[in-house]
Amino acid sequence: MATPTLDKVEGAKPASVASPYITVTFRIRRYNPEISSEAEWQDFPIEIDPKERVLDGLHKIKWETDGTLTFRRSCAHGICGSDAMRINGKNRLACKTLIKDINPEKPITIEAIKGLTVLKDLVVDMDPFFQAYRDVMPFLITKGNEPTRERLQSAEDRERFDDTTKCILCAACTSSCPVFWNDGQYFGPAAIVNAHRFIFDSRDEGGEQRLEILNDKDGVWRCRTTFNCTDACPRGIEVTKAIQEVKRALITRRF
Amino acid sequence: MSAETTSAVGPVEGASLYDVDNPAPLIEPPRKRTKKSPKTTRTNFELYGWLFMRLSGIVLVVLVLGHLLIQLVLDGGVSKIGFAFVAGRWASPFWQTWDLVMLWLAMLHGANGLRTVINDYAERPTTRFWLKNLLYTATVFTVLLGTLVIFTFDPNIR
Repeated sequence: MATPTLDKVEGAKPASVASPYITVTFRIRRYNPEISSEAEWQDFPIEIDPKERVLDGLHKIKWETDGTLTFRRSCAHGICGSDAMRINGKNRLACKTLIKDINPEKPITIEAIKGLTVLKDLVVDMDPFFQAYRDVMPFLITKGNEPTRERLQSAEDRERFDDTTKCILCAACTSSCPVFWNDGQYFGPAAIVNAHRFIFDSRDEGGEQRLEILNDKDGVWRCRTTFNCTDACPRGIEVTKAIQEVKRALITRRF
Repeated sequence: MSAETTSAVGPVEGASLYDVDNPAPLIEPPRKRTKKSPKTTRTNFELYGWLFMRLSGIVLVVLVLGHLLIQLVLDGGVSKIGFAFVAGRWASPFWQTWDLVMLWLAMLHGANGLRTVINDYAERPTTRFWLKNLLYTATVFTVLLGTLVIFTFDPNIR
């Protein structure tokens, strides 16, 4: 990936094979509480192939320009969910966003996800997010004796909650939710998605408890259906739909 | 940080505001359970509130559009409205009920909507408390006054 190959050259323009690199400005919101209590924007002009990802640009800055730039990333391939950040005002994974897809002619703004306490630069305190996740009991709950063989499930039953199994807990949805920005007590889309994954699992018997938790005043009823979460999800989960399904389950359980 | 302190990490970003004797302020995470954090309620209030908004909304579409049509469009439009017109309408229990139901549903629907807006937008607990107090007072006052007028309306008043 780092070596650009140019075997397909358009006949008319042989001059364009020279260099795939362009100059892109990364405008990053820097914050270091040990230096200043104010966050400020800092511009980094870098030479980069537009087919590379935003994460590659951040690496380039950290490794070659400014080693103090702080951000999270682990697998760098869209699976671990560490590098969710606000790129050009939209929550995305830096490792899944190609520079050519976000208009490299203008400065690319990069800031930490909103609604969680910024610790340094692009790193936020994820504790509240994971506390909400823990609160919905994201594990299989069963009654009675353990079966001697695996818990079987039909393909249709598996399909019922397939969409919400894709969550990687990157917090892109929760930190795009305007209700969560203003009131951190709201569970947030990610926690509801992970509750949905077990509520609609035919093998699970803790659905009643989870619904009871999400029926609380900071549960699903605070959702305003703005679809920010569905737009933000890097895994393409229909988050708002999942929340609505939990609401419907609560209504049909009652009436 | 004094130069003698052996640290694995050097002072890479200039002078630090904080050190061992003067640590950075502790930031309390938003979802941490403290004495101030709201208790779990285990009631269905929000569920009924949500359902009420949907159901009252459907009924209000009929009631309000019907009301506007009768008052402003049909039979001479707005110019016909006067004391005599209101007195004539409220002589019938049907229109009394219509107006009463419309008053209650519209006020509760609007108040509940504003309650959620306050919950979403007011950041400080005291702001929230006073805004809600104002809202509930205004709602109760309007609903009671309206109900009183509908039931004690006297067409022969001079």
